[in-house]
Amino acid sequence: MHMADALVAPAVAAVMYAASGATATYSVRKVKLEQNIKKIPIMGVMGAFVFAAQMINFTIPGTGSSGHLSGAMLLSVILGPYAAFLTMIAILLVQSLMFADGGLLALGCNIWNMAFYACFIGYLCVYKPILRNKHSRIKIITASILGCILSLQLGSLSVTIQTLASGISELPFSTFLLTMQPIHLAIGIVEGVITSVVLIFIYETRRELIDQQSTYNRLSIKKMMAILILIVALIGGGLSIVASSNPDGLEWSIEKVMGNGELKAEGSVYDTASSVQEKTAILTDYGFENSDSKYGTTFSGLIGSLVVAVICIGCGLVIKIIKKQKKRKPE
Amino acid sequence: MSKLSNAIYEINYIDELSQRKIWINRIHPLIKLMITIIYISIVVSFDKYNLFGLIPMALYPVILFNISETSFILSVKKLRFVLPIVCFVGIFNPFFDHTQFLEINKFVITGGMISAITLIIKGIFTVLASYLLIITTNIESICYALRCLHIPDIFVTQVLLTYRYITLLLGQANTIIQAYSLRAPYQKGIKMKVWGSLVGQLLFRSIDRANDLYDSMVLRGYKGEFYYARKGIRSYMEILYPILWIILFLIIRYVNLVSLLGNIFIS
Repeated sequence: MHMADALVAPAVAAVMYAASGATATYSVRKVKLEQNIKKIPIMGVMGAFVFAAQMINFTIPGTGSSGHLSGAMLLSVILGPYAAFLTMIAILLVQSLMFADGGLLALGCNIWNMAFYACFIGYLCVYKPILRNKHSRIKIITASILGCILSLQLGSLSVTIQTLASGISELPFSTFLLTMQPIHLAIGIVEGVITSVVLIFIYETRRELIDQQSTYNRLSIKKMMAILILIVALIGGGLSIVASSNPDGLEWSIEKVMGNGELKAEGSVYDTASSVQEKTAILTDYGFENSDSKYGTTFSGLIGSLVVAVICIGCGLVIKIIKKQKKRKPE
Repeated sequence: MSKLSNAIYEINYIDELSQRKIWINRIHPLIKLMITIIYISIVVSFDKYNLFGLIPMALYPVILFNISETSFILSVKKLRFVLPIVCFVGIFNPFFDHTQFLEINKFVITGGMISAITLIIKGIFTVLASYLLIITTNIESICYALRCLHIPDIFVTQVLLTYRYITLLLGQANTIIQAYSLRAPYQKGIKMKVWGSLVGQLLFRSIDRANDLYDSMVLRGYKGEFYYARKGIRSYMEILYPILWIILFLIIRYVNLVSLLGNIFIS
């Protein structure tokens, strides 16, 4: 859904421009690294092709309605996600200027909602992994439909969040979401079907157009570890401070039934377990002892994550050593 | 006329308007782009209940339609994409926002009604501002303005080439649809079994055209970048134009002109 300028506040528009701009800058860098100037005119003409293809209405059998192609997924398959993202920006800009389909101020939002999710989430996270090894009709259909559905669901969720963050609509978040998501689910299915049909035709007639983008580039272990460490530090060390202090589902249920959130148990087994826990728990209740400082929560989040990581890596190494020894043993 | 033919007509019409030799079209494109963005930002920054403060912002499109000698009626068609979405979002406001603002003969005007009307007016003003930009500035000038803002050349080239080839590919798509319709005269729409081949044929023609385009560009010395002639500031109007508009926008934004005029008439 193309957002109009009236639906976004300047602050939200600025944030989305920054996010889309950062992604576009990265995409420009990736495209330039390919050092293939032939790609530039192809991107331009493909942009015009998607524009023309969007104008064609396809009759959906049995419904009496029609749908059309959005093109972001198709572009990603043929040009790659980075080139497709830049092409989609050009398309959205021309649409907003020529046909007032989407605003200039809301362009950052539209780029994020319609290009980013399709090119980087729908294509990279759904389409490409499904078609990693071999192409087949079933795989193309599945990948296209799932990729389009996911992109459109995320896009409509973003539209809802951006509109509500701008303070434009009085609709409650849940009601807005319940209105948007089912509509975009149907649109996603239709788009996925149209995209899959076109891709199957291309696969059967000019396979080289699809195969040139089919190499699956693995993310390096170092980059993946760095990203995971950063996410763990942010969640464990940062978000844990603002975690809800309300009881979780189980405690809430027990409180409603028993009148008390914690159950008291009696017996020697329970006493032994309790004494072991008292001796080993260095950060009781996720905080420093005899202190209500919020840094206790941060510290326990980070320490806990580190201990879990050490145990998991340790177990992994032990399993690796055992497997190596089994391979060395003569049969 | 089919949807595709309408689109081709609209693009050609806008192109003709932007090529006219009138003084507003000769103003530096970067100035017009910045004024448009400032105008849109100021319009959307108005509070949702500040309806009377927003109304004087109509001065900008009214004055510009007169200066650019363009028909306002033809621009109303541009609202067909924006108004339904804006109305869909704003229509629920009266049902959720019951803040009482005014009572006229037992008819209560609530905050929800005011915010819905404000939203629709904002939608109209912002669309008209973008339309006025594109009818007074051709796409090459807009691309030049983007380069002035240090937008990467690869992206600006995309916009230029996409615009250049839209009319051509819309024409080809129109031909394909017409050929299909002539072979299926009693059929409504396009059947599922030809979706793939119909769009696929258009795609192959586009790619082959793109390859020819690349060959012709290389033969003409293309090395990955287009070069633009610099457009300097040529008259005092190009300096006065943005200053006057910004002063007017700030006055409208921070001074409630409607209540000021009302107070003058009452007193």
